[in-house]
Amino acid sequence: MNSPIIELSDVKKSFGPVSVLKGVSLSVYPGKVTALVGDNGAGKSTLIKGLAGVQPYDEGEVRVDGEVVALHNPREAARLGIEVVYQDLALCDNLDIVQNMFLGREELSAGTFDEGRMEREASETLQSLSVRTVKSVRQKVSSLSGGQRQTVAIARSVLKAARVVILDEPTAALGVAQTEQVLALVKRLAERNVGVLMISHNLVDVFQVADYINVLYLGQMVASVETSQTTSDDVVGYITGSKTYTGVNR
Amino acid sequence: MSAVEESVTPAPEAAAPDLIGSGQEGSLRDQATAYFQRLRNGDMGALPAIAGFVVLSVLFTVLSPYFLTERNFANLLTQAATLVMLAMALVFVILLGEIDLSAGVTSGVAMSLFVVLSDPGGLAMNWILALVVSLLAGVVIGLFIGFFVARIGIPSFVVTLGLFLGFQGVQLIIIGSGGLYRIQQPEILAIQNSNLPTWGGWVMLVIMLLVSAATSYLDRRRRKRAGVPNRTIALVWARLAAIAIAGGVVVALLNQNRGTGFLAVSGVPIVVPITLVILWLGTFVLDRTRFGRYIYAIGGNAEAARRAGVKVTAIKWAAFVACSTLAVVSGVFSASKVGSVDAAFGRDIVLSGIAAAVVGGVSLFGGRGRLIHAAIGALVIAVITNGLGLLNLPGGVNFLVTGGVLILAATVDALSRRRAGGSLIRT
Repeated sequence: MNSPIIELSDVKKSFGPVSVLKGVSLSVYPGKVTALVGDNGAGKSTLIKGLAGVQPYDEGEVRVDGEVVALHNPREAARLGIEVVYQDLALCDNLDIVQNMFLGREELSAGTFDEGRMEREASETLQSLSVRTVKSVRQKVSSLSGGQRQTVAIARSVLKAARVVILDEPTAALGVAQTEQVLALVKRLAERNVGVLMISHNLVDVFQVADYINVLYLGQMVASVETSQTTSDDVVGYITGSKTYTGVNR
Repeated sequence: MSAVEESVTPAPEAAAPDLIGSGQEGSLRDQATAYFQRLRNGDMGALPAIAGFVVLSVLFTVLSPYFLTERNFANLLTQAATLVMLAMALVFVILLGEIDLSAGVTSGVAMSLFVVLSDPGGLAMNWILALVVSLLAGVVIGLFIGFFVARIGIPSFVVTLGLFLGFQGVQLIIIGSGGLYRIQQPEILAIQNSNLPTWGGWVMLVIMLLVSAATSYLDRRRRKRAGVPNRTIALVWARLAAIAIAGGVVVALLNQNRGTGFLAVSGVPIVVPITLVILWLGTFVLDRTRFGRYIYAIGGNAEAARRAGVKVTAIKWAAFVACSTLAVVSGVFSASKVGSVDAAFGRDIVLSGIAAAVVGGVSLFGGRGRLIHAAIGALVIAVITNGLGLLNLPGGVNFLVTGGVLILAATVDALSRRRAGGSLIRT
């Protein structure tokens, strides 16, 4: 097996007296989709906020490529190639696709925007993800469907050589066809050798794209299994705490 | 799975272009079709305001023999200049989804400082220095507002409403109650009361054409180098022709002798090129620099901008500084036109400035609108004031009509958006 890009070991986080993460370990591998599932309040969001640098962990080690790193703010995470696509998308409706993809990292030439270069790179990135649903990269985001918005948000995350993309509930608000499109996109991300960490409530989606499934239960990682080695029933059992994982931790 | 197949497999024609479209391809006809499509989707920009300007102009030309005269035309432009500048100033904060109710009194405070400092019978400061001090006062006021809005997080409506009241007091203290200072610097008076020589107007027009052609050329060269399609060159020519014709008519009209009696008066008022330069610079900043783009981004979705690494607080702060400083420029225009500054200077104009921006198509919800929209909106309001004045109607009618036009403009905007299925409230 490949060595993981990201390796969390025994990370802990508490808010006052409430301990939300009680020593969690997790690995994300290049070219693989790692799913993170768990019920509401299990600690999923806290776990990814730590990785995104938004809310640093209290204890524990984060290794990127085997090196221990500090993640204290979003910029450090971005520098390490960790990109997060949040559930509420974080796109600006009034800007077009290119402007959104380059927001905060515009290409300049002589102090002003090099629109041509940005348009080309945006177009190429979408093309490389085989996106066929977007007619024009100069469309305003307000005119896009939910699936197209998710597509733009994901494309934005891989624009600048991201190594790990964290997807927070990428299919939560989507219809059937659009969910399929986004899941296809998730697979293509992995094909580009990006490590994908996907948070989802939808086990059907998880079983469709994930290579590994990690289950959080009340702040503890109760199971880390290969998708092919488990069943939906088992995973539901781990999530609700009615079943205990007995396999070998990988 | 069919949806996936559709989205994953390339379109049947294997010779698909290697780039996703950008709406810039195609002939003039395609571009025109796309433009009308955008109009139908409710993205009308300044079009309703331009239509309003034309309709009102025709109406007043029919109703009053004085409206379409060289003299009134020049008068209209100088009357409008203050409002145009103030509306453009406000665009910077309105784009953020904020408001500056104190922009008018900010110009009042700054101009009060100017007249007191530069008064030949008093402190007699060099007028250029005094002007710099009043512009700096604008910067400081902008920083002050920005501190409360961006740093502390008080709604700008509240902060600037407080300052609207407070600055009237500051103004009274600077000027002294009931006081009135005459503007005595010929250079300041010249802005609104002197004109370019007749050849100067044509030079101005040629410069505008050259700048427009040069930016188009540079943009196209950059796009070509990046290998993305350019809009058809016909559009560039159409744009240049439009500037040449519209500008030519305006300059020709203003170059007619509009003097009464012996004194020949002709030429483009000096305030016009000053306003055009500021309009161009401001548009350049908003369209082509990070600062401008981030203003739009924050107005569209501040949280998204923050997550993208935009320093939201700093940008907001800077936008308030830009607004207050340009408001001082509008104060200079006004002082030049009126010829004096008193304790109530600039008190009544700010709501007209906001109305002008909205009439022109700038959204109060933030994120949508351009400087030129605000300028056109200000011209519409100036035409109403000017035309109704010529008709000798009672003063109340002016307010009624202006208010009506504002509500009409907002309604047109709302309806066009609703038909396109868009929401009024930006999320």
